[in-house]
Amino acid sequence: MTCCATSAGLAVDIESARNAGPSADEILFAAKKLGDGTFQTDLSVPSMHCAACMRTVENGLTALPGVISARVNLSTKRVTVKWKGDEAPAFISHLDSMGYPAHLTDEFVSGKDKTLSELLLAVGISGFATGNIMLLSVSVWSGAEGATRDLFHWISALIAIPVIVFAGRIYFRSAWNALRHGRMNMDVPIAIGVSLAYSTSLYETVTHGEHAYFDASVSLLFFLLIGRTLDHVMRDRARAAVSGLVRLSPRGAVRVGKDGSRDYIAIGEIEPGMELLISAGDRIPVNATVIDGVSELDCSLATGESATRHISPGADILAGTHNLSGPLIVRASAAAKDSFLAEMVGLMEAAEQGRGTYRRLADRASAMYSPVVHITALATFIGWMFATGDWHHAITVATAVLIITCPCALGLAVPIVQVVAARRLFENGIMMKDGGALERLAEIDAVVFDKTGTLTTGSPVLQSASVLGDGEMRMAVALARSSGHPFSRAIAKAHPHVPNTVRLEEVSEHPGLGIEGRAGGYTWRLGRASWALAPSEQTSTTTGTVLSKDGVMLASFDFFDDLRRDAAEAVAALRDEGIPIEILSGDRRSSVANVASLLSIQAFSAGVLPADKVSRLQHLKTSGARALMVGDGINDAPAMMAAHVSMAPASAADIGRSAADFIFLRDSLKAVPLSLKVARHAERLVKQNFTLAIAYNVIAVPIAVMGHVTPLIAAIAMSGSSLLVIGNAMRLTAGEGWLKRHASLPWTSRKVVDA
Amino acid sequence: METLLYLMPIALILGGLGLAAFVWALRSGQYEDMDGAAERVLVDD
Repeated sequence: MTCCATSAGLAVDIESARNAGPSADEILFAAKKLGDGTFQTDLSVPSMHCAACMRTVENGLTALPGVISARVNLSTKRVTVKWKGDEAPAFISHLDSMGYPAHLTDEFVSGKDKTLSELLLAVGISGFATGNIMLLSVSVWSGAEGATRDLFHWISALIAIPVIVFAGRIYFRSAWNALRHGRMNMDVPIAIGVSLAYSTSLYETVTHGEHAYFDASVSLLFFLLIGRTLDHVMRDRARAAVSGLVRLSPRGAVRVGKDGSRDYIAIGEIEPGMELLISAGDRIPVNATVIDGVSELDCSLATGESATRHISPGADILAGTHNLSGPLIVRASAAAKDSFLAEMVGLMEAAEQGRGTYRRLADRASAMYSPVVHITALATFIGWMFATGDWHHAITVATAVLIITCPCALGLAVPIVQVVAARRLFENGIMMKDGGALERLAEIDAVVFDKTGTLTTGSPVLQSASVLGDGEMRMAVALARSSGHPFSRAIAKAHPHVPNTVRLEEVSEHPGLGIEGRAGGYTWRLGRASWALAPSEQTSTTTGTVLSKDGVMLASFDFFDDLRRDAAEAVAALRDEGIPIEILSGDRRSSVANVASLLSIQAFSAGVLPADKVSRLQHLKTSGARALMVGDGINDAPAMMAAHVSMAPASAADIGRSAADFIFLRDSLKAVPLSLKVARHAERLVKQNFTLAIAYNVIAVPIAVMGHVTPLIAAIAMSGSSLLVIGNAMRLTAGEGWLKRHASLPWTSRKVVDA
Repeated sequence: METLLYLMPIALILGGLGLAAFVWALRSGQYEDMDGAAERVLVDD
């Protein structure tokens, strides 16, 4: 028996080819050059979680030859390695052997988060100023007069300057941007309120006046900045968690030159006609034709097909599919920009244009609110002008109106609730891209699921094995354990307790066919029936995967794509909410129908092409439904873009993850109803907050218009309303009762890495 | 009242020192890995 499929030109060590991690070429390609022959590589290590992990990872990496330094960032679960040399040290396999699966990340963390630094600096400065000015204001309120009051006002004015400059500019900039584009946002009334309050107070100070609002303008910025910083940190966390997931699309491929030379080139440099080497475990970078090698192809992420495809020379393969068992030499038939993946990107862009822009709740509220506030203040000013003719008094009262109505409560009403909701989701392993997605999720009235990889796990599970004696089972498991093929892994996983007592010799894996080993003088084979069985033994009924001894069949194995954990509960929970559910899959009709009947979903379509998925979603939209699309594949990405809101599991293709508004990192599909519940609860709280803010204004504005508001009253009213709104938002956390049941979704960090 | 003349500058300088310490910590990247910093206390080098 010779090693039939692997020809001489493909002298690739099976063991190394099976290792799905990036090759040394890819590490070198992704590394950042620091000069002097020094490189920097950033790795994502999701399973680090404590001081001992940091120490193990840092020391382990530093011990490798060529590594200059390694520094862990535990917040982002990354490690930055600086190294020297021509070839990248074996970081990933070394970390893997220590029990920390790692992978390359895309962005470099070396660039600091400038926005966060700016926000933190602004919070620090305004916090310092608020404390000091409040101290002086309390003295004024409790009766400081004459020269002392003036001195206190002057000092307050001085302290407030850096706040207006550093902290205020964040709001001035955003307000200016909105106005320049003819829009209105919450920052416009804030910017106007703060600058008017500061300038009238300055005038009061110069003219030895009694009322200065320095404390109001500064503490307003302080409160709002806290909200804004929390919002930024929340989004940053979600982004870091998402970008820490395994990158599934290749960065490039190994080109095989005419003279047999090998070099690693970037995906953008691949041209039609080039010959590329695709190792087992790699993804196909561009559409191509196989010219040498036999293997099996997992198309589940690309087209939604759950069954693997057997491929041999001459077969056409799509970019984004996954080469499972053997090395291949392929000829690129299209450049990356014309490949399957790029077609999907094109469809996504088209779908995005059709989606229209969603206006966030806060922006809609401010568009209604800001004119009212400004007109009220203006009317107050004009009214007092006519009544008293004292323009100074009129301006003071009008400023008090602006400060009292200043949307502190409104500005916090939405972001605080969203921060608390994001925190809730984060604790359950769900990442939210931005707050607008939460608002859109609360509105949905239809759910569309993809099948492969979304309703199902996307990896095969052993369904049944024909009657198997103890000895045969041990043999099957022993053979299966020596292979990384999905079917072998499924067999090994189904029998975890079988002892390793079988001594196999000359074990070899035949790509696309199976595994062979010798024991007790017999040749044992586990694999494709047409290969494992002697020609005389083969009948038309024996297909699929079998175990054979010297060509005689001993057992056969059936596999199926298992339902994702809690799929039935999740579907039932959505149905209880009265939401119609539909399956759109690219897979064969029989397997889609099987899953649909298991979950008792009536509406399903099979064999749907990506463009048809988009048109189905667009049809739903024109019929007035707001659909949530849950999908994972490359073929789902355009439909996810066309949907009202979308979700994807962490195991989704890169393009699917970037299209999704929510990403759930844990296996359980309960993430979908849980997110919906959180989104709807958040929507209720936001509406309550708006009601609170409006009620507060209805009471406070008449008092301000009448001219009865002193700086003391303004300070109390503002802080009071902000605290009320924040307190109400916290109820989302306090509602332990209904979240606790869901909160126990088991965290399997390993799965994120495997996927 | 004349106590104010030296008490106020002292209050402002102390507050300013705190702010300066904060700005220094921010600039030197000490807010970039809050979880890691909390754990590193436990590592003895």
